[in-house]
Amino acid sequence: MILVVAEQRDGRLNRATWETIAAAQALSADGLPVKIVVLGASVGAAAEELAAAGVGDVVSVEHATLGAYTPDAFTLATRQVIESLTPTFVLLPHTYQTRDFAPMLAARMRKSLITDVTGISGTGAAAAFTRPMFQGKLAAEVRPHGEPPFLVSIQIGAYRSDAVRKGNAASVTPMSVDIDASAIRQAPEAPFQEARQAVDLSQAERIVSVGRGIKSQDNIAIAETLAKAMGAEIAASRPICDNGWLPMERQIGSSGQTVAPKLYVALGISGAIQHLVGMKGSRTIVAINKDADAPIFEVADYGIVGDLFEIVPAIVKELEKRG
Amino acid sequence: MKIAVCIKQVPTREWQPRLNDARTWIREQDVSYEMNEPDAYALEEALRLREKHGGEVVVCSAGPARVQQVIREALARGADRALHVEADALGSADAFVTAEALAAAMTDERFDLVLTGLQSDDQGHAQMGVILAERLAVPHSTIIMEIQVVDSGIRVKRELEGGWFQWIAMPLPALLTIQSGINQLRYATLKGIMAAKKKEIRKAPMPGGVQPAQQVVALAMPARSKQTQMIAGAPAEAARDLVRRLREEARVL
Repeated sequence: MILVVAEQRDGRLNRATWETIAAAQALSADGLPVKIVVLGASVGAAAEELAAAGVGDVVSVEHATLGAYTPDAFTLATRQVIESLTPTFVLLPHTYQTRDFAPMLAARMRKSLITDVTGISGTGAAAAFTRPMFQGKLAAEVRPHGEPPFLVSIQIGAYRSDAVRKGNAASVTPMSVDIDASAIRQAPEAPFQEARQAVDLSQAERIVSVGRGIKSQDNIAIAETLAKAMGAEIAASRPICDNGWLPMERQIGSSGQTVAPKLYVALGISGAIQHLVGMKGSRTIVAINKDADAPIFEVADYGIVGDLFEIVPAIVKELEKRG
Repeated sequence: MKIAVCIKQVPTREWQPRLNDARTWIREQDVSYEMNEPDAYALEEALRLREKHGGEVVVCSAGPARVQQVIREALARGADRALHVEADALGSADAFVTAEALAAAMTDERFDLVLTGLQSDDQGHAQMGVILAERLAVPHSTIIMEIQVVDSGIRVKRELEGGWFQWIAMPLPALLTIQSGINQLRYATLKGIMAAKKKEIRKAPMPGGVQPAQQVVALAMPARSKQTQMIAGAPAEAARDLVRRLREEARVL
C-alpha cells in the first residue's frame, strides 16, 4: 500500500497534495492500493474532498495539537498512522512543512527518506526515484536502503494535479492518535505576511528576470532597459533579492512568487530548482547565460550561450528598430 | 552561549559536472570546492549571536581531509575552534550518515544552539540538520530568517512559502536550519586568516556501523523537458534572430 500524506491549512488542501497523489498513482501502476491520510485539528471538509475524488480510501486524523503545525506533533501523529497502516511507501509533497518534519520522522523510525523527487522509474518494490543533485546540474537515480516503509517527498510541479485519475467516491475512516501535548517543544505563533505585496508578478504578461550573472547592483539597469523595451516587469532569483539589489517582492521561486507569463526572459540565472519551480509554467522561456550547461536551458524554449552584457543591449537595439 | 555551526564543503558554483566511469558519482579530482552557501549564512548568524550574547562558536564538519579548507575559512571569519569528523567515505555520504557522524562527535560538547544551512548545494537532501536535531534529542525549526534570544530560550522567524512567515518559540538547547539571506556575510580579514592558523581543530573518528539510507545507482545530465532552440552567432546576429522568433514563432512580443 502507498500512503499519501495530504497537506492542508484551515481545511484547504494544498495543490501539491494532488500532485503527490498523481505520483502515487504512477508508483502504483494499479498494483499497490493508494490511501491518503489528512491530519489536523478539524479536517472533515478536506477528507470529504479527497474521498469524493475517488483516488483511494481516506484516513482522517484529528487532534487538538495538530491545529497549528509543529514538527513534534506531526512526527508523533504521522508515525502512529504509519505503524498502524504499515504502507510500503509514504509519499509527501516536498513543501516547507514536509521539509520541517519528514526527516525527523524518518530519523526516529530509522527509515529511508528520499526528498525532492521529480520522477519514478519502475513500480512497487522495484521503483527507483529521480532527484536533482548539484543544484540541478545532475539528476540522480536513487534507491532506498533498509526495510519499508520508504518515505519519499515529491517536488512541487513534478507531477500534474490534473493528471490524477479519479474514480468512485471512497470512504473516510477516522483514526485516533495519542499525543501528549507536553512532548511538543515548539510554540508557534500565527503565520503573517511581511508586507502586502505591492507587485503581483503573477499577472504580468512578460517578465525579465535577473540572476547572479548580472554581477552587480549597477548592472540591474541593463535588465531594466530590456524590460522596458519588451513591456515586461522586472524580477529576480533569490540571491539578487538577498543582496538587496531588488526588493524581496520581486523574487521568483519557492520562497517568492510563482509566475506563468507569456514570456519569461532569464538573464544570468543558472536555474537552481528553487527558482525553476516558480517559473517553469511560463509559456515561452528565453535563457541567456554564459554557461552552456546551466540547468535553466533544460526548461528554455530559446537559449543563447554568451555574455549577457553584450547580448542584452543588442536585443534592446533590435527591439527599438521597429518601435 | 555555546554555539555549533555545521558546515559542508561543496563544489563551486562554476564547477562543470563530470562523472566517474561507473556514472554513479562525480569525478572528484576535477572539482574545486567552497563553503556551502547557506552554511556560510549560518556561520555569520552564529558570529553575530556571540557578539551580542557572548560565548563561543565551534565549527563542525564531516568529510575527508579536504574539508579543512572550509574549516580554516570559518576559523578565519571568526569561529573559535573546530571539530572535524574525518573519513574519506563522508565525501559522498547521504544526510543520514553525515548526521550520525556529526551527532557522535557533538553529543558530549552539549551545545546550547546548533546552526546549519537549510540544505547543501551538492546533494541537496535538506535533511541533515533535522536528523541531527533528532539524534541530539533537541527541538528544531527550519528555514529560519531571524533569531531572538528570550528568557525561555529562543524565538525564531521561520519562512513559509509564498512570502509568509511565522514566529516560533522553543527552549534551548535547539537546532535551527538557516535560510540564505538572513544576514550580510562578512569575509575573512588578513588578521583573521593569521589568527586561524593557531586555532584548534579537534579530529574525531567516524562512528562504526552507520548504514546509508539510500544509494545513488546512476547519475546523469538531466533530461530536457523542452526542445530548446539554441541561437548561435555574434551578439547582434543572435539578438536579431531571437527577436524575430519571439515575434513570429512564439508571438509573445
